[in-house]
Amino acid sequence: MKGELLMADGWAAFWAMGGYARFVWPCFLLAFAVLLWNLWAARRYHVQARRRAQRALAMAGSDS
Amino acid sequence: MWTWFYRLASPPHVYRLAATLTPWFLIPALIAIAYGVIDGLVFAPPDYQQGDAFRIVYVHAPAAWMSLFCYVTMAVSGAIGLIWRIKVAHAVSAASAPIGASFTILALFTGSLWGRPMWGTFWAWDPRLTSELILLFLYVGVMSLRTAFEDAPRGDRAAALLALVGVVNVPIIHFSVVWWNSLHQGATVAKLGKPAMTPSMLWPLLAMLFGFMCFYGAVLCMRLRGEVLNRELKARWVREALSP
Repeated sequence: MKGELLMADGWAAFWAMGGYARFVWPCFLLAFAVLLWNLWAARRYHVQARRRAQRALAMAGSDS
Repeated sequence: MWTWFYRLASPPHVYRLAATLTPWFLIPALIAIAYGVIDGLVFAPPDYQQGDAFRIVYVHAPAAWMSLFCYVTMAVSGAIGLIWRIKVAHAVSAASAPIGASFTILALFTGSLWGRPMWGTFWAWDPRLTSELILLFLYVGVMSLRTAFEDAPRGDRAAALLALVGVVNVPIIHFSVVWWNSLHQGATVAKLGKPAMTPSMLWPLLAMLFGFMCFYGAVLCMRLRGEVLNRELKARWVREALSP
């Protein structure tokens, strides 16, 4: 079990990822960046749409 | 009996439903992804051939699956919008596109980083890689086409048509490793009866897939609310929905 290996070999071995650290860690970092971007962009898109709708409603109110 | 189904075509109902569903998707997504990452990085044993580099599968495979799933969702909702002229369906299609494109970029980059130690190159014009790159171009094309028209409904229809034409690429991506000689490995989980992975490797992968699916559901709901609002700016229900 890798978990047991982690306990035996310590964190240095875990971070080294058997010599593939420079390939494994960027993949996970990129994945988190993409997930975070999706959350941020979706929220921003909704907030901007709300503002646009509020402006449209305010203009419609001032016209009438 | 079908009332709930017909209500899915109603923008105010969908706007409220999306708000309700978001946490129901987001919380399981975060739990499943946290479990998948910890189990995949710490407890899954290294592969006997690929060593620890195989752990890239825990982000690469879910991203690649989601790139196809989002595309099919985009094309099917586009078709529903085209056939039944349902605005909400076009909104679902528009909301899916950027999410799917981001998963496609993730699948391409992580695949490239996996390819370097395993194949000796970051990129090869292999059928699976090339068809996945075409998928990214299709996403970009659909998003660009939607915004290219001043008349939004025309943009929606054009984008839906392109998405439908491009759906032919989905089985090509999936079966490319069977139809042609490919550097890319064959199916590992899709073989339902007998997956090619041991359970200690498979469970974190399934958790990540479930987490990515739920995450897509949450982000889709968030984006969908924006899309619905953009399409209904002057509708009466928007005034009621936005009033404090």
